[in-house]
Amino acid sequence: MIQDSLIGGGLIGLASVALMLSQGRIAGISSITYRAIFPSALEPWALCFVVGLVLGPLLLLITTDFVAPVFDGSWTAILVGGFFVGVGTRLGSGCTSGHGVCGIGRGSARSLIATLTFMIVGVITVFLLGLVL
Amino acid sequence: MKIYASALLSGMVFGLGLAISGMTDPANIQGFLDITRDWRPHLALVMGSALVVSGLFFQIVVPRLKAPLFAASFMMPLASAVDQKLIGGAALFGLGWGISGLCPGPAVAGLAYLEPKILGFIVAMALGFKVADWLSAQMQPKQSEQ
Repeated sequence: MIQDSLIGGGLIGLASVALMLSQGRIAGISSITYRAIFPSALEPWALCFVVGLVLGPLLLLITTDFVAPVFDGSWTAILVGGFFVGVGTRLGSGCTSGHGVCGIGRGSARSLIATLTFMIVGVITVFLLGLVL
Repeated sequence: MKIYASALLSGMVFGLGLAISGMTDPANIQGFLDITRDWRPHLALVMGSALVVSGLFFQIVVPRLKAPLFAASFMMPLASAVDQKLIGGAALFGLGWGISGLCPGPAVAGLAYLEPKILGFIVAMALGFKVADWLSAQMQPKQSEQ
């Protein structure tokens, strides 16, 4: 599991490097997804990246004994969570990939502060939910 | 063509990394955020190793390059202000992340699992994007008046 984390993380870093090196773009998935799903903001490279993002795990499922995770969270948690993730990443200009991996990687103070903020709020949220659920 | 192929390949490696590292499993995300109970440290290792690779590249290689391979220039974010919008947005994201155990990357990559809840998450997230655009438009005139 530790090896998987390190190898997987390395691949994520490598992919961010590859996208910057090939097209000069930050691998921020919230903004890339935005540019892939809304026709008014559509950028073909973003759509290609998103297709690749789905193909990666699909390839793993087909060619290895990798088992898809179980999604046992409630529909309410998924939909409410998804909504806040959408509002928050759009207002805050990024998510775990754009701020956490690329932004901190290039030494952005904005990204460091955003990452600390969503981590702290995430910790508090899970702590409070654990008290209630 | 090269620009699209390289974007597809980058996305694929990114998706592979997310799946291999266990980050597409919401239990690992909520487990990481659950520091007072049954803490799962994996996300820290994943982010740490990703940061070593991206950090070295962004700090050492990019400054020495004139342009990317298949585009005219590097498109780096220009914003530098740490403002309410950044902090408030990041806080709302943290809230949704904690509630669902998902963020945009793992959610999109998770479409590969053909799980209806993943699709539901992405539809809700897309709605959130649009609400944020609306909110930003409301905030804009006030800022320019000041």
